[in-house]
Amino acid sequence: MNKKTTKLEAKELNAYYGDFHALKSINIAMEEKNVTAFIGPSGCGKSTFLRTFNRMNDYIDGFRTEGDILLDGRDIYAKDVRVDELRKEVGMVFQKPNPFPKSIFENVVYGLKIQGIKNKSVLEEAAEKSLRRSALWEEVKDKLNQSALALSGGQQQRLCIARALAISPSVLLMDEPASALDPLSTAKIEELIYELKSEYTIVIVTHNMQQAGRVSDHTAFFYMGELVEFSKTKTMFTSPQDNRTQNYITGRFG
Amino acid sequence: MTNSEKNRLKDKAFQVFGVFCTFIGLVILAVFLFDIAIEGFSRIDWDFLTSLPSRRASRAGILTAWAGTLWILVLTAIIAFPLGVGAGIYLEEYSRKNRWTNFLEINIANLAGVPSIIYGLLGLEVFVRQMRLGGSLLAGALTLSLLILPIIIVTTREAIKAVPRSVRDGSFALGASKWQTVWNQVLPASFGGILTGIILSLSRAVGEAAPLIVIGALAYVPFTPATPLDEFTVLPIQIFNWTSRPQEAFLTNAAGAIIVLLAITFLLNGIAVYLRNRQQKKIKW
Repeated sequence: MNKKTTKLEAKELNAYYGDFHALKSINIAMEEKNVTAFIGPSGCGKSTFLRTFNRMNDYIDGFRTEGDILLDGRDIYAKDVRVDELRKEVGMVFQKPNPFPKSIFENVVYGLKIQGIKNKSVLEEAAEKSLRRSALWEEVKDKLNQSALALSGGQQQRLCIARALAISPSVLLMDEPASALDPLSTAKIEELIYELKSEYTIVIVTHNMQQAGRVSDHTAFFYMGELVEFSKTKTMFTSPQDNRTQNYITGRFG
Repeated sequence: MTNSEKNRLKDKAFQVFGVFCTFIGLVILAVFLFDIAIEGFSRIDWDFLTSLPSRRASRAGILTAWAGTLWILVLTAIIAFPLGVGAGIYLEEYSRKNRWTNFLEINIANLAGVPSIIYGLLGLEVFVRQMRLGGSLLAGALTLSLLILPIIIVTTREAIKAVPRSVRDGSFALGASKWQTVWNQVLPASFGGILTGIILSLSRAVGEAAPLIVIGALAYVPFTPATPLDEFTVLPIQIFNWTSRPQEAFLTNAAGAIIVLLAITFLLNGIAVYLRNRQQKKIKW
């Protein structure tokens, strides 16, 4: 097995919401085409951390960071980085499926359209490709012009994944993507994550320990804004190094 | 009497009181409408709608008045729509929450409560005198635009606020800029609400007489306006003028004009309700 390259990296990252110190001196390096799970109790900073990778926190008043976040070795908080370019590279799927109140087709091609791509055949091709990859094509191919809001929750979430894939990112951030879904839909999403990791670097926030165990290669445990432990998922779940990690994954708190 | 019987009695009593409260306003309005209808309906005919004003009640019509009202309606909409919606979008989507925007917000809310005659005085000084527009349609429309701007801003903000955060997040996460997100997601999803607010505020503007009298709109205009710089009258002023005449026949004319004015405002409100219902059916988050 050849050594994998680092895709995402945080160096001495501190983040603040006003006076609140949300992330404390975080150092982490995530490998390319790998699934990394962020776990930890509510309010531990894992979602905040996830959202620094595509700068979704930029719009929050009073939010600021210190330290570096590197994507392919480039600081994404540098002055010359354009946020829209960054987000083409780093896609995101949210906790609650959030399709736009438009047709299924319009949802998938939205990211391309705002880049100025108008050619219908290009859009159609991209839509089919993305929907196939998110395992939704067979279910929706005959109703692409129907409202996305008519789909089930699980289908909506796969549509959101297709939407993110359509602009060909290399990283996919997932913020508890299955927490609002039933077990069957959850299983489909997990299966999808497993398939997607051959092409994408995936970071997933989850509250579900079993899910972290099933889908991820590496796991990071956060507690009170600190990165407590980061290791191979198998290692973390069998022999955690830190007491807090052990207590959390055995269900003693959180 | 047991406790539960007492509670049931109180429940019943409040229900009766609630029904009373609900109907008292409606009943008064119904009596008023009935009274107006009896007096005015027989007066409304083609001649009444197409005649110029006259000293003789039987020959007087409301052509100039309703033409002026339509002009004012359209001009005010054209002026107030972009200003109000633009300000609403800025305050809700772009401005940072700080002391300055807080100050702006409080003042806009206050402006919505300023009596319309004050706007009339402002319009008289700024538009009629400083900008030398005289008692023209344009001066009137600008004055009424000021009057309804706060309402449009507030309703625009409410409509925009109702679009869930998650939709914006979804758009931003795909690389959309703020303007692309506003234009492609926020505005289409909130347009029904914005339009409803604009139409309701216009229906308020159409009923205003005081600020237009202050800026010098005339009661007697023997021609229909052809350009925005012409002098004008509107239905409320015509009604006011007729009701202050001693002759009985002019009161009948006023009743007829009131029916036409009410028809216009009811039509506007009806459109607003229709749009709101359609929007609610179309989008369920």
